[in-house]
Amino acid sequence: MAPNENSATELTALVVDDDRQLRMIHQRMLNKVGVKNQAVENGKEAVQIHCSGQGFDLILMDKEMPLMNGIEATKELRSMGICSTIVGVSSHTKEKQIQEFMEAGLDDYLVKPLNLAKLRSILDKIM
Amino acid sequence: MDVGQMQRQWLDYTRSLFIEGFLDNQFLQLQQLQDENNPEFVVEVVSLFFEDSERILKDLTFALDQQGVDFKKVDAHVHQLKGSSSSVGAQRVKNACIAFRNFCEEQNVEACLRCLQQVKQEYCLVKNKLETLFRLEQQIVAAGGSIPMMELSF
Repeated sequence: MAPNENSATELTALVVDDDRQLRMIHQRMLNKVGVKNQAVENGKEAVQIHCSGQGFDLILMDKEMPLMNGIEATKELRSMGICSTIVGVSSHTKEKQIQEFMEAGLDDYLVKPLNLAKLRSILDKIM
Repeated sequence: MDVGQMQRQWLDYTRSLFIEGFLDNQFLQLQQLQDENNPEFVVEVVSLFFEDSERILKDLTFALDQQGVDFKKVDAHVHQLKGSSSSVGAQRVKNACIAFRNFCEEQNVEACLRCLQQVKQEYCLVKNKLETLFRLEQQIVAAGGSIPMMELSF
């Protein structure tokens, strides 16, 4: 059964997105399904938070971001030995662009906007 | 007007926004994320959409007013607005952005300017509609009623 706010899981997630609207929506969705979460605004901050010793079960990674984009951040995190499930979340639907993102080290890719059903399908694979 | 009438009015109005294509399923997603612990969630997200859209539209107007238009920059702004509008379910703004991006690729200034007007118009329309919807909700709550979200089926 999918978790909800009343039956919190032990899972943790990091939202990486430069769009504050999407950070707010994705964090609210994660709260709704009982996943503790934090958010950062770009790939550089995602790398920094891992350098500071924090770890997450799931990372929702945007593609286009300032300072460090999702592709660079995913490669960097993988080179640091981060084994979290990293899911690319972007509005790109062209196969070439998705493939480039996947090859950076993603476990999965979802087209924006995310919804609860898509999020639950990801969580089902992790749990 | 009693609470029941106001609730019916809210339902009719909300349905009309979906039927006329102003909103899509993503807006329903936002409504599902709103609950007693987060009673202002939809208004908060939509307020960010208004703020961000107005900034992007200003940036777009400036970018298209330059001598040598930087289409890469214009396209990046439109991409941002498309993402912002699709995350709240503002379907007609999103669709206008999709058409806009095609003309960015063609580097067609005239068509881009027409698209900018179209996007601005759709944004103003959906902003007015959402503000009306939120006013109706405030009136229902002020009269002691609740928003009949569950009855909103299509």
